[in-house]
Amino acid sequence: MSDTYSVTVTDPIVQVKDLSFYYGTAKALHNISLDFPKNMVTALIGPSGCGKSTLLRCLNRMNDLVDKARVEGSILLDGTEINTPAMDVIELRRRIGMVFQKSNPFPKTIYENVVYGLRIAGVRDKAVLDETVERSLRNAALWDEVKDRLHESALGMSGGQMQRLCIARAIAVNPEVVLMDEPCSALDPKSTARVEELISELREKYTIIIVTHNMQQAARVSDYTAFLYEGVMVEFGVTEALFVKPRHKQTEDYITGRFG
Amino acid sequence: MKHFWKKGEPFVWLTGAALSITLLMAAVLIVVVVVNGLGVFWPSRVVTATLQDGGAVMGEVVRSESVHEAEGERLQLKIGNRDLYGLDFRWVDESAISRLEYADDTLVLERMEYGNFYGRLVSLSSEALAVAAPGNPFSQLRQAHRHVMQQKTQLTKVDEELAVVSSRMARTQRREKSLLYKGRSASDPEFLELRQEHAALQHESEALMQRHAELAGELHAYSATFADVSGRERTMPLIELVRFYQPNSMSVFSKIQYYVVRLVELIFGSPRESNTEGGLFPAIFGTVMLIFVMSLFSFPLGVLAAIYLREYAREGLVVRMVRIAVNNLAGIPSIVYGIFGLAFFVYGIGGSIDRMFFPDQLPTPTYGTGGILWASLTLSLLTVPVVIVATEEALGAIPNGVREGSLALGATKFQTLTRILLPMASPGIMTGLILAMARAAGEVAPLMITGVVKIAPALPLDGTFPFLHLDRKFMHLGFHIYDIGFQSPNVEAAKPMVFVTTLLLVLIVLVMSSVAIYLRNKMKKRYTYGTF
Repeated sequence: MSDTYSVTVTDPIVQVKDLSFYYGTAKALHNISLDFPKNMVTALIGPSGCGKSTLLRCLNRMNDLVDKARVEGSILLDGTEINTPAMDVIELRRRIGMVFQKSNPFPKTIYENVVYGLRIAGVRDKAVLDETVERSLRNAALWDEVKDRLHESALGMSGGQMQRLCIARAIAVNPEVVLMDEPCSALDPKSTARVEELISELREKYTIIIVTHNMQQAARVSDYTAFLYEGVMVEFGVTEALFVKPRHKQTEDYITGRFG
Repeated sequence: MKHFWKKGEPFVWLTGAALSITLLMAAVLIVVVVVNGLGVFWPSRVVTATLQDGGAVMGEVVRSESVHEAEGERLQLKIGNRDLYGLDFRWVDESAISRLEYADDTLVLERMEYGNFYGRLVSLSSEALAVAAPGNPFSQLRQAHRHVMQQKTQLTKVDEELAVVSSRMARTQRREKSLLYKGRSASDPEFLELRQEHAALQHESEALMQRHAELAGELHAYSATFADVSGRERTMPLIELVRFYQPNSMSVFSKIQYYVVRLVELIFGSPRESNTEGGLFPAIFGTVMLIFVMSLFSFPLGVLAAIYLREYAREGLVVRMVRIAVNNLAGIPSIVYGIFGLAFFVYGIGGSIDRMFFPDQLPTPTYGTGGILWASLTLSLLTVPVVIVATEEALGAIPNGVREGSLALGATKFQTLTRILLPMASPGIMTGLILAMARAAGEVAPLMITGVVKIAPALPLDGTFPFLHLDRKFMHLGFHIYDIGFQSPNVEAAKPMVFVTTLLLVLIVLVMSSVAIYLRNKMKKRYTYGTF
């Protein structure tokens, strides 16, 4: 196991400490420690199968759904441990939203997709719902495109619009952190550009943690970058520094395209 | 040549041929049933054949076949008049016939008993003549018959009252029995009161029966005399005639009218003459209600079981075994389900209900005998695998991303299920349900030992309290086909009815399948995932 290069973050919102993750007997994450800064974009990069999605899914405990999965170590959200039985997973997921690789709008209207999180939380007030729909869609840069067809099926939208709808849906419940799992990998360059623009705008209100395959994307949108390799965190630092002057050989090899 | 094989051209032909044969078989099936079923009610002409030996035969030509030994054809005639000849059908060699004619005044009578009568009208009784305006004999017969049919409603009313009284009598008898069971003596005041009530009812019933006899006697006076082809006369009360017509002088319009009347009777009438004539209403009603009650049991059970299997159960050896068991359950011969239903539902559960709640009536069973409830339960057991498999597949076809999307927004598993997964799976679930219904509509074997009967005295749903009688026996189209096709005393005469009943059953199943396809397509459009 090689050394890990890491920087300290002044205002962390999520703190991962010595985290290991197992699928059955296979160890997918090896003692990862990492602090995610508040109101910043942090990118997780690395070759396929390096564990970046697994790490992301540990943060809102989506891995609970996986059979025979086991977590060791600790994850603190605002200083509170989330890997305890006392932690309300529902509440946790409301505070940490998620956008997936493949856009997954529900087969409902655009309006109902956005308010889904509120509805399941029991919000019935029409005014609140309407207000949320407009705010979320505006924040997701989708309002002007869909304001006339809010009550049409979300499945009629284009791929890029669907992904932005998923982002709107995630921010409708006002989470503190938004996890994005390769949100642009299934989109064309134009839609990708829109989503990247959106990520930069969202940074003001939310903490964003994004998994990406695309190093240019990581360089463009993120403030901090973590490089993972075979379940180990190799290097974590300010994006610019990491890309311009990587401290670890593996990082350098990866970002210069020697493998991955 | 080698190249020809290599290209795979013959394989394309082979697959194409397999498909065409399948389609052809299905088409032939439908066409045969439709052709044989639709023609039944069309009034065919009645031929009078004078024979070489001086005799004569009258009837409808049913079919003909060529004779091997001699030249010419051999005709099968439906000669009717079962009360005179004892047979309904007769084969006549064409060579033995000297003359064929279609007399205009040939009359076909549909009767309450003994099947059709073919012959001529001779005269009307004086009572019948008295209610008819002067005119030709046929129209007088028609007027007199109409009069009798109007009078008959009074008779029907008396019969209905009689049925009410006898059901009340049966109730007092049951109460007497239950008092005796509780150990009350025969001198108990309550018992005596019941006895009195029973006697009063008995009196009422006797009066009604008297009234019935009087009315019937009066109506029987309206009669007419008819003669068969050889001149044998027969006098019949008009009340015994269902309807009559002169097929050789009917216009196409009146034939259509007749056809429609028969069709209406078929769907809304009750059967007569051991089911070979009349309507199928009780059987249609029984079939539909059976399927409905069956769905009430099998639908929730199957859907809930499938949800557990797919969404909650941890994938493993047990779940795999359960899944295999469920799939195999669908392959068990249906008669085995019937036997199970008889042993478990009828004798087991029904018998226990009787012992617990109706011990006073034993040994007469209340629930411990075949009935629509037990038949429905047996069928629901038979169809539950279909629902489970369909629901599981529908849930399995939903992309996992949708589940995760919902959970990641803070929804519970239950909220995800009710708000997202079930609506998305609904087309598949619907299809499964309707497939199950179609399967149930066609099952006969398990019903035969769990409650279906040849003739049910009453429908399982009627106007007497408590309106829904799930303990009653019922009639069923599938069993009806079996019964009239194989068990009727006059199989040949019953054959047209077999085809009609088959057509009806096929129609019900076809309608259900079409609804399934329509629903599936409609819902699919709403919930399909567009790929980008």
